[in-house]
Amino acid sequence: MPSNEERWLDAEAGPVVRPYALTQGRTRHTGESFDLVATVRATRAFADPGSLAPEHLSVLQLARVPTTVADIAADVDLPLGVVRVILADLRELGLIVISVPMVMAERVDKHTLREVLNGLRSL
Amino acid sequence: MDYGVSDATGGNRQYRAIKILLAGGFGVGKTTLVGAVSEIRPLRTEEPLTEGSLRTDSTSGVEGKTTTTVAMDFGRISLRSDLVLYLFGTPGQQRFWFMWDELAIGALGAVVLADTRRLADSFPAIDYFERRQIPFIVALNCFEGARQYDTEDVRRALDLEPDMPIILCDARSKESAKEVLICLVEHVLMAADQPLSGIA
Repeated sequence: MPSNEERWLDAEAGPVVRPYALTQGRTRHTGESFDLVATVRATRAFADPGSLAPEHLSVLQLARVPTTVADIAADVDLPLGVVRVILADLRELGLIVISVPMVMAERVDKHTLREVLNGLRSL
Repeated sequence: MDYGVSDATGGNRQYRAIKILLAGGFGVGKTTLVGAVSEIRPLRTEEPLTEGSLRTDSTSGVEGKTTTTVAMDFGRISLRSDLVLYLFGTPGQQRFWFMWDELAIGALGAVVLADTRRLADSFPAIDYFERRQIPFIVALNCFEGARQYDTEDVRRALDLEPDMPIILCDARSKESAKEVLICLVEHVLMAADQPLSGIA
C-alpha cells in the first residue's frame, strides 16, 4: 500500500482520463444486470483487437480464465460502474459470457456450506 | 443440480464465488479482519449523489455530476480453484446502504463486527440483517485497553436471540478471523437444518 505522502504521484494523482470518458459517457450498462461476484468468462469468438478500446481488451484478457466482476474491477483499477459498461459491451459483442452466481436469489445450499466450512478449517 | 460438476475428476466444475458481508461501525476493524484472513483488493465504486449529499458536497461547476467515487475493499479467499470466498466490508454509514442491498443478494451470511466501547454503532447493521432475514453472527473485536465484557451482557445490550452466536475475536489475527468465519458458516448450516428458526 502506498504511504500517505503529501505529494500525489502516478496512480495517486488520479486518472489521466476521466473514467466515464472510456465509456463515451455511458454510466449504465445495457442488458441484464449482473452481481459483483457474477462469473465472467471469455468465449471463443474472435475479437478484432483493432475494433476494441484498450480497456475493453484488458478486460477481455482478464476473462480468459473464469473470474468475477469484482476481481476484474480491482485488476483494471477502474470504477465498478465503468467496468460494468465495458463488460456489457463485450457481452453484446458475444466475446464474454456473464453467469449469474448459482446462489443468487436463494441461500447457499448445504453441500456448498459444508465445502466452505472444510475449506476454512484447512486454511 | 446446482454444482455444475460435469466430470468425475472434478476438473470441470463451475466456478463458485460465495459472498460474506462484514458490517459494523466506522473504525471497528472491518478492513483489518479482511486483511488478516484474505488477499485484500481495492474496489472503486460510485455512490449516486442524493439530495442530501448535493447540499453538503459542493457540486458547483459540475452540475451534471450524479455520482461520486467511493473506495471499498474486498477480500478473496481461494478455498479451492473453483470455490472462492469474497469478503465485502460494507461501509458503515447509512448513506451507503444502497450498496448493502446489492451485496446482500445471495450472500452466505454476515458478520457484525462490534466494539464493546461503542456497541450502539452496530445497531443499524443488526437491524438491517434481521429485517432482511440474512443469517449473521456478532464478533466482538477485543481492542487493547477495552474492558472485556461477558458475551451475555452484550447479548442483552444488543437484544439478540439466545441462539445467536457471539464470538470474541482479535481482528488482527488470521486464526481469530478464520474462527469468526467458521462460526458464521456453522451458524448458517445449523439454521439451514431448522428452516423455520430464521423466520421472525
